[in-house]
Amino acid sequence: MDLMKLVQQEFTKEGEYPKFGAGDTVTVDYKIKEGSKERIQQFRGIVLQLKGTGITKTFTIRKMSGNVGVERIFPLNSPFIDKIEVNKHGKVRRARIFYLRELTGKKARIKERRF
Amino acid sequence: MAGLIGKKVGMTSIFSAEGKNIPCTVIEVGPCVVTQVKTIEKDGYEAVQIGYEDKKEKRSNKAQIGHTKKAGTLPKRKVAEFSGFKDDHQLGDTLTVELFNDDTWLDITGVSKGKGFQGVVKRHGFAGVNDATHGQHNRMRAPGSLGASSYPARVFKGMRMAGRMGGDRVKVQSLRVMKIIAESNLLVVKGSVPGPRGGYLIIEK
Repeated sequence: MDLMKLVQQEFTKEGEYPKFGAGDTVTVDYKIKEGSKERIQQFRGIVLQLKGTGITKTFTIRKMSGNVGVERIFPLNSPFIDKIEVNKHGKVRRARIFYLRELTGKKARIKERRF
Repeated sequence: MAGLIGKKVGMTSIFSAEGKNIPCTVIEVGPCVVTQVKTIEKDGYEAVQIGYEDKKEKRSNKAQIGHTKKAGTLPKRKVAEFSGFKDDHQLGDTLTVELFNDDTWLDITGVSKGKGFQGVVKRHGFAGVNDATHGQHNRMRAPGSLGASSYPARVFKGMRMAGRMGGDRVKVQSLRVMKIIAESNLLVVKGSVPGPRGGYLIIEK
């Protein structure tokens, strides 16, 4: 599968963004096309998981929009992603923090990781 | 048609400039060696025989060793014949993916994955019975009638029935070239190609 990695290196944008993982709070600037116009929209929330490797890597972000939880899955190498900004590093014990979906309010807080 | 021999590496997807996610197959192509040049005077037609992947001499018979010795190489795992190359090739020449450098469309031939004994729904795309109820018992994927009764009093040849599926030679035409990575002999095409990973493929332009 080494040859696969060679191809993935050709196309991946992984090095362009800061490193982040589950529990981190990130802001994703992504481009939206409306007819011929293009504008940038932000999506800010907690990263639930990173999935896949190479070109097909994706990440899931969850945010609370009022009372409703909203999750979005972004392909990391999508050309529509303009920028990824890490706002907070969270301290979590697992790689996939789906338990967060059941928690609301004060219980849904994640401790910040300080370096 | 001019072509080369290769091997399927695997599938992935890449993003186009418009942001579309395109499924792609990665193929390791060549380097291939010209093992025989056929001419009209000698063989009655023009062609170039090409070999791919070295084989140990221990695993080859004397005929194979002698044949490839003329080209100055080791015996090959896979050998195929092509015609219509732009340049003249000599015995022992090496051909790489760069042959396809200015091509946008390629045809790829391989042996499809064996599926074993399959019913008509999978093998021939029969619809089956869409109801589980209304008098159906255990015939949801049954083929139905094979024909009329006392005339013709036989089943026509070529009637589509259950049987062995897959393992056939399949050619996929007009696959778009997405990228050529010459230094590692890789070719990336849009879509899928027949066969398993590691299966041999014949790539023609």
